[in-house]
Amino acid sequence: MPQLTFRKYLVLAGITVFSTAGDSLLARGMKELGNVSLHHFSGLLLAVLNPWVTAGILLLLTFFACYMSALSWADLTYVLPATSLGYVLVALVGHFGFHEVISPMRWLGIALIAAGVGSVAAGPSVTPDRQSQKSPDASPDAVSQEVKS
Amino acid sequence: MKDIYAWAAIALIILASTTGDVLLSYSMKRVGDVEELWKRRGLLAVVGRVLRTPTFPLGLMAMGVAFYSLLFGLSWGNLSLVVPASASLTFVANAVAARIFLHERVGRRRWIAALLVAGGVVLMAL
Repeated sequence: MPQLTFRKYLVLAGITVFSTAGDSLLARGMKELGNVSLHHFSGLLLAVLNPWVTAGILLLLTFFACYMSALSWADLTYVLPATSLGYVLVALVGHFGFHEVISPMRWLGIALIAAGVGSVAAGPSVTPDRQSQKSPDASPDAVSQEVKS
Repeated sequence: MKDIYAWAAIALIILASTTGDVLLSYSMKRVGDVEELWKRRGLLAVVGRVLRTPTFPLGLMAMGVAFYSLLFGLSWGNLSLVVPASASLTFVANAVAARIFLHERVGRRRWIAALLVAGGVVLMAL
């Protein structure tokens, strides 16, 4: 089983952090702008000029780059649970950073997500293709990974 | 009637985002490890190869459909119904789709994880 390098763990952490931060900044910017009606489409275009929205979009683009990078070397069912850690991150930042109260139900939710992510992370990041149809382009990387492990 | 629209939107979100994730994952598997490719040929080669993979724009389109379905759903249903219902069911749908279309070995460990995460997302939103 190919061992993930430190850099690859950083990419997975980037998925969690950038998606959460990007969403938060977007939400903050859109709240400043107020309700955007669908009839005034120009309002939606002008929303990009709001610095919070601009920063949010940049962070979400960074998230997307991390997500695509992770999908190039790990299974979808390995990467996806990592995206859910964002919910946990938001709750913890709210609790420890802004002294928000977390209900027991939400603590249970945090525990379930953490257990799920931990369960996947403990297993292999990529499973061999059951039909073993490797494209010729991918083979050098597969070989180099085998040599490393 | 409102409920029907909300659940129709939820079903559409799940379908579109699962399709998108599967297509994007398939595209990136065809591109291969981007870290290795970046080291050997540089960033432009990576971007070029991703953009030239035909399933990549299809995946992006599916994600766009999912996003607009979410906006549609939010206009009909409550935030506290639409977001957790679609997010949690998408995790389960993705595990099924990854097994069928991407031939990933979704073992017991990953099934349990998908269900735990799905349950956790619902509890966080309550």
